[in-house]
Amino acid sequence: MNQIPALVRVFAYLSLLTVGGGMAAFPEMKVLTVEVHKWLTFPQLIHLYSVGQMYPGPNMMMIVVIGDWAGGLLGAIAVLIAFFGPTALLAFIVARGWKKLEKWPWRTSIQQGLAPVSIGLLLAGCFTMAKGAISGVETAAIAVGVLLILLQYKVNPALLVLGSAAVGLISFMPK
Amino acid sequence: MSETGGKPGLQTTDRAPTAPAEVSIGQIFLEFLIIGATSFGGVVPYLRGSLVTKRHWVDDKEFVEMLSISQSLPGLNATNMAILVGEKLRGALGSIAAIIGVCLPGAVLMYMVGIFYRHHGDHVWVTAALKGVAAAAVGLILSTVVGLSKKSLAGRFDFVFMALTVIAVNRLHLGVPRTLVGVGLLAILFHYPRNEQKEGAAQ
Repeated sequence: MNQIPALVRVFAYLSLLTVGGGMAAFPEMKVLTVEVHKWLTFPQLIHLYSVGQMYPGPNMMMIVVIGDWAGGLLGAIAVLIAFFGPTALLAFIVARGWKKLEKWPWRTSIQQGLAPVSIGLLLAGCFTMAKGAISGVETAAIAVGVLLILLQYKVNPALLVLGSAAVGLISFMPK
Repeated sequence: MSETGGKPGLQTTDRAPTAPAEVSIGQIFLEFLIIGATSFGGVVPYLRGSLVTKRHWVDDKEFVEMLSISQSLPGLNATNMAILVGEKLRGALGSIAAIIGVCLPGAVLMYMVGIFYRHHGDHVWVTAALKGVAAAAVGLILSTVVGLSKKSLAGRFDFVFMALTVIAVNRLHLGVPRTLVGVGLLAILFHYPRNEQKEGAAQ
């Protein structure tokens, strides 16, 4: 069955939810890609998102994989256009109009109001992910460790993610 | 992609001093391609290093302002910034060149990861490593949450709005769109323009 129309619908919709960051759309992404369309499993979604943190570029590139699995190379390209097209167009329109809005008093209100909501969405996405990613003392310790190191030192996060892969290898290999 | 009129006149004199006379579409694409291929651990610092420090395509103040626009719009910071900077430099074509450049390397890499993962994803070594990677990603997002909260949350009520958002999504399962519109409107109305209105009335 051709999945491309469904892929385009889902990812165009998800793109509009990414206020404040890609993670904001994560809870909805889980429902649509895992539960509704069954393009992948929840652990796979978590794995792909996490692996994406080790790669350069915008951090939601794992959507390419969902597109590929569900619809081949064409699906991957369709997903990219669907996910980045609508918000790109919106940003472009705003870029043209923003200067004119400088004097509009609600501009600041919108920015101030959306800040806590976007952070909340990020946190909600994080909790959704934690339900699948944190499964015991060891994984919790890795998460807390990474958090504390990042708050304390200026380390490249990609290196920490890579380091955690090594920790995972040592800790979770069946004996 | 539709062009809204295509008015080059919008890039007025106040921006001119920082923008070099002519940046070609090819240069924009190449610069963003390099950022897209090297920005390990988050795109924004690399954008600043490249666009502000190295190329002087935007100045620091402008960069911060563009970033704050990017953050209040849907879309990833990295791609929104690409659109805004591309637009500033060369209009619609500049935007398209920038966003394709910044996305291409990561997209190709993840495409290959997807192929590898499909064949070897259930290998014990891979699952063990990925368990660590996923846990690290949770810590990484939490650190972003802390960083953003320190920077942009002002006052108790902002924390209330943040908590309401989390509860609406994770506990009440209202879904992201309804939460965004509901709590978002509430928070925007709470931050209604007080001073500005008075100033406006006084004039």
